[in-house]
Amino acid sequence: MTGVTIQAVVLNPGECRAPVLVLDEPLSFWGGFDPVNGTVVDSHHPQRGASMAGKVLVMPGSRGSAGTPAGIAEAIRRGAGPVAVLLGSADVNITIGAMVADRLYGGSTAVLTVGPGDYGWLKTGDEVAIGLGGVVRVGGG
Amino acid sequence: MTELQLSDSDRALLDGDAGEAMRFAMQVVVRAAEIMGAPHLIDASFAHIDACHYYGRAHLDFAQFFVDRGARFKVPAWGNTLTVSLMPSDAREGADPVTVTESRELARLYVALGIRPVWTCAPYQLPDGPELGDNIIVGESNAVSYYNSVVGARTNKYGDFLDACAAMTGRVPFAGLHTDEGRRAQVRFDIDGLPEGLRRSELFCHVLGHLMGRRAGARVPVIVGLPPETPADSLKAIAAAGAASGGIAMYHAVGVTPEAATLEAATGGYDLDEIITVTPEMLVAARDSLSSGGLVTGPVSMVAVGTPHFSLTEFERAATLIDGRRISANVAFYISTSRFVAELAANKGWSGVLERAGVTILVDTCTYFAPAVRAAKGRVMTNSAKWAYYAPGLLPVEVAFGSLEDCVETAVRGEVTRRDTVWSDDAWGL
Repeated sequence: MTGVTIQAVVLNPGECRAPVLVLDEPLSFWGGFDPVNGTVVDSHHPQRGASMAGKVLVMPGSRGSAGTPAGIAEAIRRGAGPVAVLLGSADVNITIGAMVADRLYGGSTAVLTVGPGDYGWLKTGDEVAIGLGGVVRVGGG
Repeated sequence: MTELQLSDSDRALLDGDAGEAMRFAMQVVVRAAEIMGAPHLIDASFAHIDACHYYGRAHLDFAQFFVDRGARFKVPAWGNTLTVSLMPSDAREGADPVTVTESRELARLYVALGIRPVWTCAPYQLPDGPELGDNIIVGESNAVSYYNSVVGARTNKYGDFLDACAAMTGRVPFAGLHTDEGRRAQVRFDIDGLPEGLRRSELFCHVLGHLMGRRAGARVPVIVGLPPETPADSLKAIAAAGAASGGIAMYHAVGVTPEAATLEAATGGYDLDEIITVTPEMLVAARDSLSSGGLVTGPVSMVAVGTPHFSLTEFERAATLIDGRRISANVAFYISTSRFVAELAANKGWSGVLERAGVTILVDTCTYFAPAVRAAKGRVMTNSAKWAYYAPGLLPVEVAFGSLEDCVETAVRGEVTRRDTVWSDDAWGL
């Protein structure tokens, strides 16, 4: 998919270049996630054991848990969180978690939504570059 | 996306007129409103804060940011359960000292922000709370559902940080369950074909809530056939179980809950997108899915009740059931509750009855958080569908699910005992 670009909606601004980790199902960042090492621990989740540290996390959304913003923020604080999140649908909890972490710790964790149609073809391991305006470029370019 | 209209006072906060902390709090509320597509913000009158429940240093840094800048909650704000109890006697053996210290420090910071230190997941059991039609800010999932459904106060499910920011500004996005349209029932569960004795049992309500969560997802369900005099403890069970297994933030029960005098009132006159007739087979499957690997039997190491927090009426029932008997020496029997209810139960003499029998009463927290009962392992019996749903992911336990009566019998005998007639196949119509 080298050279393809997607225009995403920016929920929290940031820019980065990193490999993708795709989660096939929603995840709760309270209970289903270990913020110490950024690993999926939900025993029912297809990506159980995968680490999102340093990755562009591509996922449908979170699972409505009130603790999700704190789980995201704690992982970012520890350097164990994703460097960007690309969502299939807009998610308040993930966005607020990243926004608070950026305010407290001075980072810029992009949170974007691209709609279920567009995000579906990003694959784990793809290299992507994200710009401040929400342009997602797949591949080395 | 709808353009968000802000009031002059909203804009003044964004401009920093009330300082850096309030500016950031309003930025967070505005960001949430934009994502939710709210046309404007509205005033809130009450908050129940989940962000005081420790989950890492970020929780402390967030609260410290506001404390350092002199911020205070604008609306009455009550605290959810903590990760550990604040009672000195509840320093559990083996609990991680960093978690214990930082959880207690987090509670202190929230007290500095003006929180009322009730530390309970069942704030609706306390007096002077919100009423029908009030717009409020709640994050704890069972309390979100109870307030929306049973009290008729209006709240979306507010995640950590957004809850505190909304309570500091006193403003929430006008969206979702704050609007009449958002509160309409979308899926109907008919239970009036089931035996009445079954429908009156509390265990049934736990199982029904669990089943509804699985089937309704995040939609608003309406129940047809719940007896009009269904008590608060049973309505609590439906709220907690449905929120845990599915994410139900509100339910109606025709003739029971305040916005469902009739089916038409619950639906607003709109068509439902699904009608589900609840069968005994569906209930049995839901019930059995709450015990690890079906109907668990054998010795137990622990009995856990009070998720959500035990009410005064539950204390009375438990004390009556246990009076004069003794919990098996091999069993730890925990009741989780709030300080407020614990004090009332003590004044009634019920706590004394229970403690003399060997029961431990735990306040401020819940037994499925690891520091509360670090040694919890093996087979555990609970009467809570919510506990049964979450505990196996958080603790090394196998769960047996049963009624409060079953829990007491099990604790006395030291092994899983089910006497409740609700367990017989006759009662379930099979």
